[in-house]
Amino acid sequence: MNIKTMAELAAEGRTPEVLFWVGCAGSFDDRAQRVTVAFAKLLQQAGVEFGILGQEEACTGDPARRAGNEFLFQMLAQQNVAMLNMYEVKRIVTACPHCFNTLKNDYPALGGNYEVVHHTQFLQQLLAEGRLKVEGGSFKGKKITYHDSCYLGRANGEYEAPRSVLQALEADLVEMKRCRTNGLCCGAGGAQMWKEDEPGEKRINMERTEEALATGAEIVAVNCPFCMTMMSDGVKAKEQQERVMVFDLAELILNNKVS
Amino acid sequence: MLQSIIFIIVTVAAFYFAGRNFLKIRRNILLGKDVPDASTSVDAGQRWRNVLLIAFGQKKMFARPIAAIMHFFIYGAFLLTQIELLEILVDGFTGSHRVFSGALGGFYTFLISFIEIMSVLAFVATVVFLARRNLLRLPRFHKAEMKGWPTKDANLILLGEILLLTGIFSMNGADTVLQGMGAEHYPQAGPFAVSSYLGPALFGGMSEGALVAIERFGWWLHALTVFGFMVYLAYSKHLHIFLAFPNTYFARTNSRGEMENMPDIQREVASMMNPEAAPTEAQPEGELSFGANDVTKLRWQDLLAAYTCTECGRCTSVCPANITGKKLSPRKIMMDVRDRCEEVGRTMDAQKSATPIDDGKSLFDYITREEIHACTTCNACVEACPVLINPLDIILQLRRHEILMESAGPSDWLPLFNSLENSQAAWAVSTERDAWKHF
Repeated sequence: MNIKTMAELAAEGRTPEVLFWVGCAGSFDDRAQRVTVAFAKLLQQAGVEFGILGQEEACTGDPARRAGNEFLFQMLAQQNVAMLNMYEVKRIVTACPHCFNTLKNDYPALGGNYEVVHHTQFLQQLLAEGRLKVEGGSFKGKKITYHDSCYLGRANGEYEAPRSVLQALEADLVEMKRCRTNGLCCGAGGAQMWKEDEPGEKRINMERTEEALATGAEIVAVNCPFCMTMMSDGVKAKEQQERVMVFDLAELILNNKVS
Repeated sequence: MLQSIIFIIVTVAAFYFAGRNFLKIRRNILLGKDVPDASTSVDAGQRWRNVLLIAFGQKKMFARPIAAIMHFFIYGAFLLTQIELLEILVDGFTGSHRVFSGALGGFYTFLISFIEIMSVLAFVATVVFLARRNLLRLPRFHKAEMKGWPTKDANLILLGEILLLTGIFSMNGADTVLQGMGAEHYPQAGPFAVSSYLGPALFGGMSEGALVAIERFGWWLHALTVFGFMVYLAYSKHLHIFLAFPNTYFARTNSRGEMENMPDIQREVASMMNPEAAPTEAQPEGELSFGANDVTKLRWQDLLAAYTCTECGRCTSVCPANITGKKLSPRKIMMDVRDRCEEVGRTMDAQKSATPIDDGKSLFDYITREEIHACTTCNACVEACPVLINPLDIILQLRRHEILMESAGPSDWLPLFNSLENSQAAWAVSTERDAWKHF
């Protein structure tokens, strides 16, 4: 794909409409990379002029801060803020709700003030504006359940944008018992992604996966690379990967179009 | 006359002991740090809205409608009964009887009737609550941290409520019959909604002497239960009846996703990254301390929250860690903070000290590492709390202390920290950040 970095765009004297903040998972995790590609394709199809930071992007510092390592967080965050301010970034879109939250809520105190949108909000907007059209209908009438991520949901109060994107697919949205404000965490937040669960009766992702499977949905839709990992692991552990797929919303929109 | 003297002595004693207890609680809460938090917007309008909607209006209780309605009965009865209590105080001091009835006339009848209806509903709710705790044994009331005193405390309060209601209806019931007999000293206060039926049914046909005895018994029972409750409050989980109001006012109004910034570290890192632009302002004096390992290092708002907690356990019942059998329980975090506050306060009392004394203990003697490591920062506990308590803030302060002051923490996090430090990425991988472009 031909995607320009902010440095390349700046050299051409261009300021893109939006910066696509890819994030560590989106850059390095095999599964999340596919979401990154899907979202980038959608942006291109919608004719959105965007740039990425490429090598200049550093982790937002979310896991460091929430683990308690403020020094590390400040090092990463200040570096990022300096970079973003240098490119005079106004608007950022990201497919990771942890990056989204940190950029949106933690950076202003460090002098980083941007309009930050989550990719599901961005997709909703593109669909509403007609810049992105849902054609095809691979998911029409298919049972899909949607898993609220904690950092998009409870931390930032966004429950409807992802659901309205799903509606555009004309899918049959079946809610889990614990959804929206009561949504159950996948188990990865607060730097849990990098550690084993503390001793207990079961893993948190198994509890959530069981709930998702109980809906009878064929697709579990997520909006977060960590939820993606946790839910996919859960589905595999339950040996349901033949029957149930875990997809990011961006992938659903893209796949709906190509088929 | 004798009754008035006894009443005055009892009242003064009750207010003295309750006042002394409340001053201690106030002192304990103010053991916390007063941090002017720049990142917290000080939006007074939003704060007052929270007090009105969430404390006064009980908005968040209604996430569980049946419990909310039951609770609202007790809450409504409690608020209204204050009018009757005021009358009890005046009557008790002056020897008058139903002093408001003369001045208020028909409105008095309406008021007492309203209180009676609310009291019947409160009685129903109290019985339901007792059954829910002791017969249905709702899981959230029987978690590990509820063993012993907390469970007893909850039941004592409910039994106290039943005593109070018994007092009200003995008093009003006997009074109604006495009014009907035209007894001296019992003014015609009008037919009360419940007692005009309940009174004759229970006490009809009794002698005037017996009725006066029952009426006095009910009146004293009512007054003494209230006084007892006032003094007992300080030892109980029930402080939310007062503290819910300040707690909803002082609860943070900024985004839930935001973590409190640490300006000292921000400055330090800024000067490290750009020594020339280092701020010239003087470094704060004294020993630097990051995060919290004790109540004196938490914000006083966190301690207020701990005293506000009524141990309902809605937080714990939605905590993903707790649901899956981990030791973490957000309610326990709040109970531990309060217990530690009490301990620090007791040591100060024993040593007659105005400042906290180093007793070699810390919050980590109450809260284990395992508990704080189990948190996913999912905000479910924060969402669930009906009075805007934030256990997550405290957990994160403890984590900060562990990492920044002790260089401890889960060993699983070491590769994460190393990778972040060396390659600015959450995973140590050799590929380029934008390798996906070529897929």
